[in-house]
Amino acid sequence: MANAAELKSTIEAAIPGAIAEVQSPDDVHFTARVVSDRFEGMSRVQQHQLVMGLFEGRLGTEIHALSLKTETP
Amino acid sequence: MSKQTDNPIRDAIAEAIASNDVILFMKGTPDQPQCGFSARTAAALQSLDAPFAAVDILPDPRIRQELSALSSWPTIPQLFVGGELVGGADIVAEMYESGELAEALGVATPQDAPQEAPAGADPAPAPLGIENRLR
Repeated sequence: MANAAELKSTIEAAIPGAIAEVQSPDDVHFTARVVSDRFEGMSRVQQHQLVMGLFEGRLGTEIHALSLKTETP
Repeated sequence: MSKQTDNPIRDAIAEAIASNDVILFMKGTPDQPQCGFSARTAAALQSLDAPFAAVDILPDPRIRQELSALSSWPTIPQLFVGGELVGGADIVAEMYESGELAEALGVATPQDAPQEAPAGADPAPAPLGIENRLR
């Protein structure tokens, strides 16, 4: 079972220096805001693919939806 | 981009992306969207008065499968501008609010003066049931 704290730590562990705020009303639908200088020079699509890629295989199953906002500091 | 493979559906999708400057893959049609995310994304384009081609992915599940394989993007909708994936519902909404979407589409933001219709846009090819919104 996924939860917001686990998604946050997964993102922050995979993208060193990133700050993630993750919220979920039900542990299946998630909203995340991720701030990282890793995103510098990447298109938004690439930024989202980087984060979404961390949850490959779980999206569509235990994670029904992850709404994402990515930013550089 | 439109390199021929032995996969006619993927070829048709690649061809549609290559030959339509602005193309939205969505669930349903702009006038009858079948999903809130697709509805919001189509509405953003419509409110900018941006001409766009739309493909309903629902009639054949292989369209979605091949599209996501091609774009490395798992969800629908997907907006392509100039052959490049711009994003899904979240990104398009964010870009709409910041004004970047109008900029990417080369249209005026709604409060600006009306824009002349872009010239020389070809009607879309038919195989995927592409609905063309060109004025």
